Amino acid sequence: MFKFFARRSDLPLDRDAHSQFLPWLIAFMVFLAVLAMAGMLMLNAVAERWDQGVTGTLTVQIAPSEDPSEDDIRLRNALTILASTKAIDRYEVMSDARVLKLLEPWLGGIANSDELPLPRLIDVELHSGADLDAAQLTERLAARVPGSSVDDHRVWLERLVSLIRTVQTLATMVLFFIAMATVGTVIFTTRTGLAIHREAIEVLHLIGAQDSYIARQFARRALALGLTGGLLGLVLGIPTLMAIGYLVGRMDGFLLPSLHLAGYHWILVGLLPVGVALIAMITARTTVLRSLAKML
Amino acid sequence: MAAASDDAIIRFENVGLRYGLGPEVLKDVNFELAKGSFHFLIGESGAGKSSLLKLIYLALKPSRGLISLFGHDIAVTSRHQLPALRRRVGVVFQEFRLLNHLSAFDNVALPLRVAGAKENLVKKHVTELLTWVGLQSHMEARPPTLSGGQQQRVSIARAIIARPRLLLADEPTGNVDDVMGFRLMHLFEELNRLGTTVVIATHNMQVVERLGHGRLLLDDGNLTVKPPQPKKETVAAASRLSKGEEDALAAAEQAAIADPFGDFPDENETFGDPASLGNYL
Repeated sequence: MFKFFARRSDLPLDRDAHSQFLPWLIAFMVFLAVLAMAGMLMLNAVAERWDQGVTGTLTVQIAPSEDPSEDDIRLRNALTILASTKAIDRYEVMSDARVLKLLEPWLGGIANSDELPLPRLIDVELHSGADLDAAQLTERLAARVPGSSVDDHRVWLERLVSLIRTVQTLATMVLFFIAMATVGTVIFTTRTGLAIHREAIEVLHLIGAQDSYIARQFARRALALGLTGGLLGLVLGIPTLMAIGYLVGRMDGFLLPSLHLAGYHWILVGLLPVGVALIAMITARTTVLRSLAKML
Repeated sequence: MAAASDDAIIRFENVGLRYGLGPEVLKDVNFELAKGSFHFLIGESGAGKSSLLKLIYLALKPSRGLISLFGHDIAVTSRHQLPALRRRVGVVFQEFRLLNHLSAFDNVALPLRVAGAKENLVKKHVTELLTWVGLQSHMEARPPTLSGGQQQRVSIARAIIARPRLLLADEPTGNVDDVMGFRLMHLFEELNRLGTTVVIATHNMQVVERLGHGRLLLDDGNLTVKPPQPKKETVAAASRLSKGEEDALAAAEQAAIADPFGDFPDENETFGDPASLGNYL
């Protein structure tokens, strides 16, 4: 690769002042692309984790009645129905302390359940791959346990996944716009280079140079600048990602899910500079070929 | 590539040229040059000499008429086929048009490199040719550091390195003194003897009359072809040389006759004895 970049060029492209800013622009764009892509990959992973965690579980809620002795009867009836349902692997009644803990973010610290009538919650896990008809279970429970309801988390999950997909779409658009900005910048830089070196290019043409011979020199230069800027952007982006990860890790896990990149995510992020450099190279080559096609 | 019917190296039929919406600078130009011929292109300044040369080396397209180069009708030759035609034409530009950021070596090497020659071959032939033109100690020099005469020699070396079938020179004696002018003409004559068709644009009538080759006379865009004339004067008389210069030029002429260029640049061939060209330049 070093030999490739060290090749002699017939055009003094490495001395062009106008192209000196290109690596910095590309570095900035790769920096943004690193953040956008990392965000997209992390959200994807979070959505998958939530999906796996929530699918196959449901929660049965029994609203508190005016007569507390009724609550125990309702609970027993509900457990009987759950026990007779084949798709259910196991179930567990949540303690009042755990229910209070779940309510704490909204209601603040409550000394004990006597101060507030609490619903009875039952955590239910289904057999792996089991297909339970939540509506039918709800009907069976409602018939024998007034005030009961079944939450299979589907609505909540669908809304969450929808939100994540929207953010992912935005991140993809950001990546697309970054790619377009790279293309635009390289086109501008290449056209300026063509104008500056028009005289030399004309001489090359007149001694028999093919358009591809001239385009190769611009493409090689764009590849080198793209790689330089891309690596710079990556070097700036990775510490930023790590800093974000550190700050998120310090926050309460209840509010924010665990955000981290898997090994192959890092590989994808690491390939961004190569991708941007290739875009720069192809853009420069295409721009030169199109411009030269207008010359004799 | 469409081939024309005859073997003429250059053929112009009713060629006209105008720049933009301006008046025609070349009007109904008709001529053809046979392979191996030597012609001077003469005319007053502004007569259209450079424009005519530009049409020949494919830097311009005619506004009308037909141009055939090496038997190929330029009008129907596709753009990507033009480089192959251009490689058969060596051009010595009036203002040299060397690439100032490249060394003399790299400037001369350009035609070989764009043709895809291997680097070891490039090195061999360029070194030989630059030695041949007496610039062996200036191979790494950039053109701005060279004198006008040295740049002229680099320009000529670049024009002939790929052994063109047609050599065009635009006012090659315009930047050099009389002695150097005649030496350059000897150089072109030697290339012509080796089979290269030569067209030289000049307004130096002393040189034209002394060498007596065919003439393409341009007058206000109209071209007249004149056949070769007998040589009228000696070199010394034509150029008003001093006794010392006359002796030096006579020696150079003798050396030229005794040891012409040699055959190049095939892989196993060389430019001949470098010292022989030093007698010219």
